[in-house]
Amino acid sequence: MEGSLLRVQLAGLSLDYPGMLASGVLGYSAESMFRVIKGGAGAVVTKSVGLYSREGYANPTVVQAKSGLINAMGLPNPGIDVYVGEIRHVKALFCQPLIVSVFGYSAEEYAVVAKKAAEAGADALELNISCPHVKQTGSEIGQNPNLLSEVIKAVKDVVKIPVFVKLSPNVTDLVLLANVAINAGADALTIVNTLRAIAIDVETTMPILNNIKGGLSGPAVKHVALRCVYDIREKIEHVPIIGCGGISNWQDAVEFFLAGANAIQVGTAIGYHSPEVFQTINQGITKYLKRKQFRSVNEIVGLSHRR
Amino acid sequence: MKLSDYLTAANTMRTIQITKIVTESPTVKTYTFTDKQCANAKPGQFLMLWIPGVDEIPLSILNATKEGEICVAVKNVGTATQQLHAMQTGATIGIRGPFGNNFTQNNGNILLIGGGTGTAPLLFLSKTLTTNKSKKLTFIVGARTKNELLFIDQLNKVCQKGNFITTTNDGTYGIQGIVTDPIEHLLLQEKFDAIYTCGPEVMVKKIFETTQKHQQPLEASLERLMRCGIGLCGSCVIGKYRVCKDGPIFNNKQLTEIKNELGISKLNPNGNKTPI
Repeated sequence: MEGSLLRVQLAGLSLDYPGMLASGVLGYSAESMFRVIKGGAGAVVTKSVGLYSREGYANPTVVQAKSGLINAMGLPNPGIDVYVGEIRHVKALFCQPLIVSVFGYSAEEYAVVAKKAAEAGADALELNISCPHVKQTGSEIGQNPNLLSEVIKAVKDVVKIPVFVKLSPNVTDLVLLANVAINAGADALTIVNTLRAIAIDVETTMPILNNIKGGLSGPAVKHVALRCVYDIREKIEHVPIIGCGGISNWQDAVEFFLAGANAIQVGTAIGYHSPEVFQTINQGITKYLKRKQFRSVNEIVGLSHRR
Repeated sequence: MKLSDYLTAANTMRTIQITKIVTESPTVKTYTFTDKQCANAKPGQFLMLWIPGVDEIPLSILNATKEGEICVAVKNVGTATQQLHAMQTGATIGIRGPFGNNFTQNNGNILLIGGGTGTAPLLFLSKTLTTNKSKKLTFIVGARTKNELLFIDQLNKVCQKGNFITTTNDGTYGIQGIVTDPIEHLLLQEKFDAIYTCGPEVMVKKIFETTQKHQQPLEASLERLMRCGIGLCGSCVIGKYRVCKDGPIFNNKQLTEIKNELGISKLNPNGNKTPI
């Protein structure tokens, strides 16, 4: 009964719980993703995978800021040809949806990686066109409407599984880019990636991150991410939105649903709670829904827009 | 939720000066500095040390006093540690931590087995254990050769009433052989209430197998590539565990769960599993 309260249908996927593991967190190995599933996530998104292996940046890759984290990992990944093994391992371990995050340096590369991931068993893809700290990919694509459209179309041409597009908040007009993504064929939008940020050490007068700049996540970005979801839902009624940014408890999650998200992603909170943080969030949402006499989490999606 | 509930906020990096550097062996130096947040660090925990403009590396805590005098041992193994070895007293470094879990404190008959700089957290642990007089300590440390054996004077002091065994591969000090050699014999003779180990993972694996065979308890400290240090990035996973957050100390039950990787494989910087 409680399970059905939280069940979410999203771009053709069926999720037992509305929380997904956000990309970039614990997403290398099948076993750690399985732990997150057992911890109450409805789906997992992998670390971003490209065509070729990348080692990422040297440390420091993470700065613990006052109310969040700034990271510049540099998209470390083993390359899709190796990672397909992990995708198959996941599919043998659990049946909850596996969403493979994909990045590339050109539309063709995105398409090749996407096709390989789909063939290996991915249930959906999430296009990372918003990573703020690697040149010639990520947000350099996500900030450019033509490139964004080209990448999504190239991927949609070669896969049948749902394609999520994770947008960057580091843009002037997010709604415009959301429309571009939808028109190019995006089946759902993940809103949003990290905010470009920097941390400087006052003693050494040096930027702390090896890459100098990175992306801010955690509680610090919640209200920005929430506003991004609200902005898009205000203008676009029918596209599924996955809210992401600073969610660490059930109240945060409910706020995102009320702003218009159909599902949510959690990343940074795993660092200060545990992979089992999803269970706590699920329990909180369930209690809230019962107290407010809603029959399903779907009933509260976008409620804050009702005037 | 209060801001102070967020561990991320509680653990921002502190930049401080190195107050003391001691050369312990041709390849190992110990560094002392003052950090209030690490004052409560427990044996087995680690910290992330920033070498400005170079790298940030995980280090086991060798000692922490109530006043916040913190000590770590650093072996010169690569670019970052080479830069650190070139630093002088007064140089500025950054500290995050303490991170991870710690060795459990046990009573009775205790065995500690350290390989190389893996002796550091065990020395810290043994100092906290010896404050209770009802314990019997056996400490085994090993190194390739005599001048690479670490903390011999301190270990002799800690083991005054206990048993201190040293091994060197070339026989220049103590028993000739490797640190795992005396263990089989010891475990046949004695039943230990706790066995602690830290060192090269191939050594840890051997000790794990030996303790399992003799049905004796074990807590082992493991090491992996660390990036975030707070259980997020996944760089240090072994099986379902994050070495930085669920570890670095694992008991025999957990070690059994990860025996297919222990001493066998680890994740590369690119996340690919490769042989150790």
